[in-house]
Amino acid sequence: MTATTTNPVISVNGATKSFGAVRALAGVDFTVHPGECVGLVGHNGAGKSTLVSILNGGLTPDEGTIALNGQPAVRYSIAQARATGLRCVFQELSLCPNLTVTENTRVAHRGLRGFGWRRRARALIRNKLDDIFPGHGIDVNQAIASFTIAERQMVEIATAFTDAGTGLSLVILDEPTSSLDAGLASQLLAYIGRFTAAGGAIVLISHILGEILSASTRIVVMKDGKVVADRPATGFTIDSLVGAMGSVVRTREGRGAASAATGTPVLSRPARGQAGRAFRVFPGELVGLAGLGGHGQTDMLVDLYMGETNAWLPRRAAAVAFVAGDRAEDGNFPLWSILRNMTLTLLPQLTRLGLVDGTRESQIATDWRQRIEVRTKDMSNPILSLSGGNQQKVLFARALASNAAVVLMDDPMRGVDIGTKQEVYAMLRAEAQKGRTFVWYSTEMDEVCQCDRVYVFREGAIVAELAGAGITEDSILAASFAEAAA
Amino acid sequence: MTALRFVFAKPWLWSFVAAFGTWLVTILFTGGASTLGLSQAALTFAAFSIIVGLGQMFVVTLGPGNVDLSIPATMTLAGTVALKVMDTQDGAILLGLLVTLGVGIGIGIANYALIKLLRIPPIIATLSSSFIVQSIAIATNRGIRIKPPAVLAEFSIASFLGVPNVAWLALVISVFAWVLLEKGLFGRWVSAIGQNMRAARLAGIPVDGVRFLTYMLCAVLAAIAGFLLSCFSGGAALNMGSEYLLTSIAVVVIGGTAVAGGFANVPGIWGASLFLFLVVSMLNTYGASAGVRMVLTGVIIIAVIIAASRKAVR
Repeated sequence: MTATTTNPVISVNGATKSFGAVRALAGVDFTVHPGECVGLVGHNGAGKSTLVSILNGGLTPDEGTIALNGQPAVRYSIAQARATGLRCVFQELSLCPNLTVTENTRVAHRGLRGFGWRRRARALIRNKLDDIFPGHGIDVNQAIASFTIAERQMVEIATAFTDAGTGLSLVILDEPTSSLDAGLASQLLAYIGRFTAAGGAIVLISHILGEILSASTRIVVMKDGKVVADRPATGFTIDSLVGAMGSVVRTREGRGAASAATGTPVLSRPARGQAGRAFRVFPGELVGLAGLGGHGQTDMLVDLYMGETNAWLPRRAAAVAFVAGDRAEDGNFPLWSILRNMTLTLLPQLTRLGLVDGTRESQIATDWRQRIEVRTKDMSNPILSLSGGNQQKVLFARALASNAAVVLMDDPMRGVDIGTKQEVYAMLRAEAQKGRTFVWYSTEMDEVCQCDRVYVFREGAIVAELAGAGITEDSILAASFAEAAA
Repeated sequence: MTALRFVFAKPWLWSFVAAFGTWLVTILFTGGASTLGLSQAALTFAAFSIIVGLGQMFVVTLGPGNVDLSIPATMTLAGTVALKVMDTQDGAILLGLLVTLGVGIGIGIANYALIKLLRIPPIIATLSSSFIVQSIAIATNRGIRIKPPAVLAEFSIASFLGVPNVAWLALVISVFAWVLLEKGLFGRWVSAIGQNMRAARLAGIPVDGVRFLTYMLCAVLAAIAGFLLSCFSGGAALNMGSEYLLTSIAVVVIGGTAVAGGFANVPGIWGASLFLFLVVSMLNTYGASAGVRMVLTGVIIIAVIIAASRKAVR
C-alpha cells in the first residue's frame, strides 16, 4: 500500500453537518490519497452530496477538521479548494448554454486571461476532449445550447480535467456517466485509470455499481450520514455493495414469455432511411428504445407525443402521457408545490364546469404519495425541496395517475438511486400487467433488458428490433455499433 | 408573530397597506372633509384600471415576453364603435354591448394570429396591432363625440349602497377572474405555461388554445373597460385609453403578480389600482405641480415594489 505512505490530498475528520432538524452528516472520516480512485456510494439522502460540498469548500462542517496535504486547513473555502487543485463535476450541469465550449473553459479557469486566451483555451479543451473521449466530434466553437445532453456532460468533464496552470490534484465526479452511453462511459473510466496512474486522485459517485467496482481502487459506502464501509474495491461485489447500502437486491423478475405483438398497434411510425425499420407498439407492451445516447430516441418520443396530442383543444382523457428525463427542461414547474406538479396531467378528469375538484385532487395526490413513497412531510412543499430522485417519482406519478393508455418515458432514471429504481420497475410491471403500454427510452442496459421488445436506434433511425430472449446486452451493442465498427 | 408572517407571505397586502396609507394622509390633510368624495372617486377610477389590469395580469402570467400593448387602442375602438352603433338610443344598449364584446374578441384573435402565425414576439405583435386598431377608431368616428344613451350615462356615474356602480362591476369581474385563476383548470394551465411552456405541453396542456384564450380575455376586458369609460365620461375620445397602457402593467407589478410569469394575484390588482389613483390625488391635494407629481409617483411606485419584493430576500 503505497498510498498510505504519502500525505493525503484531503482528509476530513469527524465532520458533522445539520440542516435544521435534519442531520445530513453524523461524524464522517474521509480521506483521499494521490493515485487513488475512491468510489462513494449510498442512497439518495445518505449524505454524499453534503460530504462533497464539504470537500469542495462549499459548506463548512458544524464540527470536525479538514486537512490538505497533511496540513490542517483554516477557514477552508471554495477558493482554497480550487487553489489546491480540487475540481468538481456535478450531476446538474453547470455550463452556460449561450457560450461556446471555449468560452465556458475560460469561465471555469480564471488563469486563461490576457491576449490570446481564446486560442489557448481552445487548444486546452480540444486536447482534453480528444484525450478523454477520442472521436467525440464536438466542435469547440459551437454554443453549448446546440449540444445534446451527453455532449454537454462530456464538455463538463473535460473542462474539469483541464489544467490551466493552477495544478490539478483531485477531481470529484458526481454521476459523470448518467447521460453517457456505454461506449462513452468506458472511455471515461479508462481515462480515470490513466489519471490516477499518473498520481491524480478521483472521487467517483455513481449509481451504476459496475462502474464503481471496475474503476475504483477503494470504495466508501455511506448510509444515514455515516460511513458504514471503507475497503479496497476488490473486497466488494455488487451484492455486497447493495447490502452495505442497506437495500435488498430483488431478483429480476422476467415478464415471462414476451407478449404477442399482434392486433392493432396503439402507436406506429413508418420506417426512416434505407436500413430503417417501422415502429409499432401493441397494447400492454413494454417497448424499449435503445442505442447510443442522442441517436434520435428522445426526438421520436416527443414526436409521438405531439402527434397524439393537440396544442389547441383540450381533451378530457389523456391518450398518452410523457415522463420527462430532463426534469428542469421538460418536467418541473418550479413555483408549484409537489401536489400541483403531480396532478397536472390528470386535472381535466377532475374538472366540472371548468372548476377543479380540489378535494379529490388532494385525495388522489395523497394516495399516490403513499404508493410511490415520496419522501416529504407535506405535499404543499415546493417541488424543488425534494431530492432529484423524489422529483422524478412525482413526474412518474403525474403520468401514471392519469388515465393515459400509453406512457412515453424519456430516460427517466437519470440520477435516481437503486432503491427507487427497483420500486419504479415493479410499478411499471404491475401497470403493464393491467394493460397499460409503455415506451421506454433508457441509456442503461439492465433497464432495456426488462422490456418485451426493443428497438435499437442509430443516427436517427431504427436499425434493429429485438424481442424476448433476443434482447441481450451483446445484441443491443452489436446493433448500436455495427456501422461504427465497419 | 403569526400575523407578521402572514403579511410577509402575502406580497399583495403591501399594495393595500400603501393604498390605505395614502388615503389616510390625504384625508388628514383636508381634515376629514373629503372622506366620502375621495373614497368614491378612488373606487370609480380604480375600477377601470382593475378591469384592464385583470386582463393584463393573465397575459403577464403566461411567461416572459407576454404583455398586451394593444389595451389603449382596444378601449378606444370599443368605446367609439359602441357609441356610434347605439347612437344615443336606449333601446340599442344590448347591441352596443354585443359590438363591444365583438371588438374584444376580434382584436384578441388578431393579436394571437400575429403571435402564432407570423411568430412575432407578443410585445411587438400587440404594439403593431394597436396602431391598426387606433387607426380604425380614428376612421370610425372622425373625431365626432357621440353621447352615450341616457340610461347608460346615468348608470355609469350612479352608486349603489354608496359604492359606485362601476366598482360593483369591477368586483363582479374580479370575483369571476379569481375563481378562474384559483379554482379553475384554466388558471392552473396559465400558471403552468408561465413557468415552463415545454413542460406544460408535455404534460398534456393545450398550450396554444390556452394562450389564445388568454389574449382574447385580455382584449375583451379592455373593450368592456373602454365601453364603460366612454359612457362614464360622456363620450369616447381618441386618447381615452392612453394612460391605461402603463397603468395596466403597473397594477399587475405592484399587485404582486410575478413579472416573469407563473404566479398571479387578483386582490393585489385592487390594492394597486386604488393606490395609483390615491397617490395622484394626494399630490394634487398638497398642491404639487404636474412635474413633481409624476416624479413622486414614479418614486413611490419604486418604493412599493421594493417593499413588496423584500420577502423574496428572506
